[in-house]
Amino acid sequence: MTDWEIVLKEWPRLASGFGTTLLLFGISAVGAFLLGALMVGPLRSRSKIVRIALRSYVDGMRMLPFLIFVYLLFYGLPTFGVKLDAWTAGLLGLTVYHCAYVAEILRGAWDQLPVGQTESAQAHGYHGLRLIRRIVLPQLILNTAPVLGNQLIYILKDTSFLMIITVQDLTYAASSIQSMYFVPLEPFLIAMALYWAISLLIEGFVRVVHGTAKERGLGHA
Amino acid sequence: MPEEVPVLQVDGISKSFDGVEVVSNVSLKIYSGETISILGPSGSGKSTLLRCINWLEKPDRGDVYLAGKRVGRKEDDQLMSDHELASVRTQMGMVFQSFNLWPHFTVLQNVIEAPVHVLGVSKDDAVVRGEHLLEKVGLEAKRDAYPYSLSGGQKQRVAIARALAMSPTVMLFDEPTSALDPELVGSVLQVMHDLRDSGMTMVVVSHEMRFAREAADRIVFMSDGIILEEGTPEEIFKAPKHRRTQEFVAEISR
Repeated sequence: MTDWEIVLKEWPRLASGFGTTLLLFGISAVGAFLLGALMVGPLRSRSKIVRIALRSYVDGMRMLPFLIFVYLLFYGLPTFGVKLDAWTAGLLGLTVYHCAYVAEILRGAWDQLPVGQTESAQAHGYHGLRLIRRIVLPQLILNTAPVLGNQLIYILKDTSFLMIITVQDLTYAASSIQSMYFVPLEPFLIAMALYWAISLLIEGFVRVVHGTAKERGLGHA
Repeated sequence: MPEEVPVLQVDGISKSFDGVEVVSNVSLKIYSGETISILGPSGSGKSTLLRCINWLEKPDRGDVYLAGKRVGRKEDDQLMSDHELASVRTQMGMVFQSFNLWPHFTVLQNVIEAPVHVLGVSKDDAVVRGEHLLEKVGLEAKRDAYPYSLSGGQKQRVAIARALAMSPTVMLFDEPTSALDPELVGSVLQVMHDLRDSGMTMVVVSHEMRFAREAADRIVFMSDGIILEEGTPEEIFKAPKHRRTQEFVAEISR
């Protein structure tokens, strides 16, 4: 059997790993995005306590290697009696970690948004969450599409760290074929191609959003 | 006969920024159907006064009453919640110097957005009314365009239609033509003229003398945060009493 034939025979393993990676990526990307969007208002809160608390969280995550965070969730938390299975720890880790980045990207974009945008919304009776959801957030997303797209790719790539805490993702699948059959090249080439494929899809999606922004005179940031 | 309740009453408003008082104890009554033009040199506090009326700036002292109801504070002096204040603001249309249209929406979407999502008007009704308003400001052909592609004058006319879509009791204009190229001013002023003729109550902060002279029922002249003089266009332009008003009228009439 050639190395490629081995990979072909073990394809179900790769497919299952790929499915896990897609699922982890999809759920955590949506979660990080929704939570990050919810945080962007409070990050500019009038309350100093709220601001400092969220700022600490955002900076804490940004200054922490993702792997250390995941180790802490999976191996560290049981010390305090909180035992998460690998999947939950991985998903939680990805979401909470990248949510901080998303929130920071959107907050920065809001600082660039002309104050007249929120003022005219207020003058038309908007406030709170509705103002953010209808008037502010769509503009922030359109203005930061390429940066948010980058973040999506980071989320995708960070899923591969989760094999360290025994999540059986694409990288885990490639790695296990390698160690079972001593084929050091082909499984990883396949994995690489699949990561590239999703990234290219993300890039395509970003390009569509960016085009939508340009049509509206936005997205120069 | 009981005294008519003003649509808008400003009662002893003061506002400071960084210890500098830009509006000092200003009082003003505006009656239904009146058009008031607030004139004055740059830095006279006229825009701040206008922004205090709908509480985009919170006044340090004084009160605003809309149709007899206090704005910004409740009867017991407590500040209104954001929600209560937002609800009061829907009754005051505001037009900004820099238009502040929402760029992610088309022209028609800009006009129907707040009626649908704030007032809860059905989308179909809002579209009918929105199209009618766009027709009134001469922009029905631009309904599906994005603000980005419009000229300044067109943007401002959309902004006026957007404010009118809320069926406000009073319209506040904050330097509506100051950011426009001279050749685009006329179309916006025409819309404002029409609006005045339709009986809308309007407060217009502007450098636009032509509009003040032709359309205002009353002119309020502000300088250094106070109302220096108040009168009909005739009185202010032909026989200004204050030296500052005389200088201002002479300067802008040259």
